[in-house]
Amino acid sequence: MTMQSSLDIQARSATTTPSPSMRSTAEVAKLIDESKCIGCKACQVACMEWNDLGGDIGSNVGVYDNPADLNASTWTLMRFAEVETPDNNLSWLIRKDGCMHCADPGCLKACPAPGAIVQYSNGIVDFKQENCIGCGNCITGCPFDIPRISKKDNKAYKCTLCSDRVSVGLEPACVKTCPTGAITFGDRVDMVQYADKRVGELKERGYAQAAVYNPQGVGGTHVMYVLRHGDQPQQYSGLPKDPQISTMVSAWKGAFKPLALLGMGLTAALGFFHYVKVGPNEVEDQSEKEEA
Amino acid sequence: MSRTIQRYTDGERRNHWIVAISFVLAALSGLAVFHPSMFWLTNFFGGGPWTRILHPYIGLVMFVFFLVTMVRFWRHNKLDANDKKWLSRWQDVISNRDEKLPEAGRYNAGQKIVFWVSAVCVLTLVVTGAMFWRAQFGDLFPIGLIRLASLLHALAATVLIMTIIVHIYAAIWVKGSIRAMIRGDVSEAWAKKHHAAWHREMTR
Repeated sequence: MTMQSSLDIQARSATTTPSPSMRSTAEVAKLIDESKCIGCKACQVACMEWNDLGGDIGSNVGVYDNPADLNASTWTLMRFAEVETPDNNLSWLIRKDGCMHCADPGCLKACPAPGAIVQYSNGIVDFKQENCIGCGNCITGCPFDIPRISKKDNKAYKCTLCSDRVSVGLEPACVKTCPTGAITFGDRVDMVQYADKRVGELKERGYAQAAVYNPQGVGGTHVMYVLRHGDQPQQYSGLPKDPQISTMVSAWKGAFKPLALLGMGLTAALGFFHYVKVGPNEVEDQSEKEEA
Repeated sequence: MSRTIQRYTDGERRNHWIVAISFVLAALSGLAVFHPSMFWLTNFFGGGPWTRILHPYIGLVMFVFFLVTMVRFWRHNKLDANDKKWLSRWQDVISNRDEKLPEAGRYNAGQKIVFWVSAVCVLTLVVTGAMFWRAQFGDLFPIGLIRLASLLHALAATVLIMTIIVHIYAAIWVKGSIRAMIRGDVSEAWAKKHHAAWHREMTR
């Protein structure tokens, strides 16, 4: 999603010099309180409506998730998990899936195209499709399996946290539409405080393991959850317990990159200076004549 | 005019240069998306998306023709005890003191190492590259494997590029080598000096 104001860019993919960052904005966050969610999918509809997206009509694969997975035109998805509880009951855990807007985004780290992924100072991680080359490294880098490459245009898409709405002081479309107040949005510090308050309330109501999901392995996220079963986030359709950028990706996009260039440069320099020192290895005229 | 010996047939040379050209194109397009400082190289390929589209196909061409090279030359590149001796005299090698080196066959130990390192790298590149060729295979491979493949692909490419820099430099350094791969022949004196055992075999 292209955003007009771009003086507040904190990080930009495949860019080694500072990006325009004269303007700085307060960090924002979206809080999804799973305990208040009724699984109505209004957020999914609002997302499609605001972003003017609609996927092809799919087929029923026997679950409530519809469509069955995130895709280039479905940036948020209600995931329904039926989980057996210790007291032999069933519990229906519903989670609104989508980009977590990591403080340390794996997609941005892995992206080779300058400016195809940016992170604003408010914390939103945004894809700029006009710079995207369609390689899919963002998928490789993401610890949450969020970005999707469109089969139609080979560009990567994901939730923008409605960066266009947020930049003009509005809340994301999903937040605005949520009928139960399960999704809230605001200053990140306030949202963390509110999340802690909600966790306290849930604990009072008997959810001893209730917790805020704001994983530190990716530096914290700008989309956070309040989970009743915070000790087992995996129960919520595979929300990772301790997500972090894979060491493979960090090695590949971290130390290895400059070292590899150095290695290539040194090899070439070594050759050049060897030539300067010992010169060419020639067959002397003498032996040529003897042969003749 | 001194007598010459044919070192490479027309077909061998054609094949070598197809590998060489596709290597240069694959390396440039790969480097373009490897480090931001080289993204400008995408301009040679028609921009970022075109670089992403073309790179795997260029790599495939390189792989196929490299296989032909392998089949043709692997027999001449078997390492033996003589090669160990040659390598232990590396100081004489880099100081142009060829007379102190053990006789080499069609290829010396250095060339054999270039051959096998390149072979391992090219095979690694084609296997790992296929794993994250999303335009063809999408999400066919598990994410953990894709991540490992991405790292190994970069690693193998780096080793291959460094190896080919050595290969190209050796050709510039040892006069007469480039002619061998362009015109196909070498002087007998050249053969005697650099590949004495091969020379004997060829003139027997």
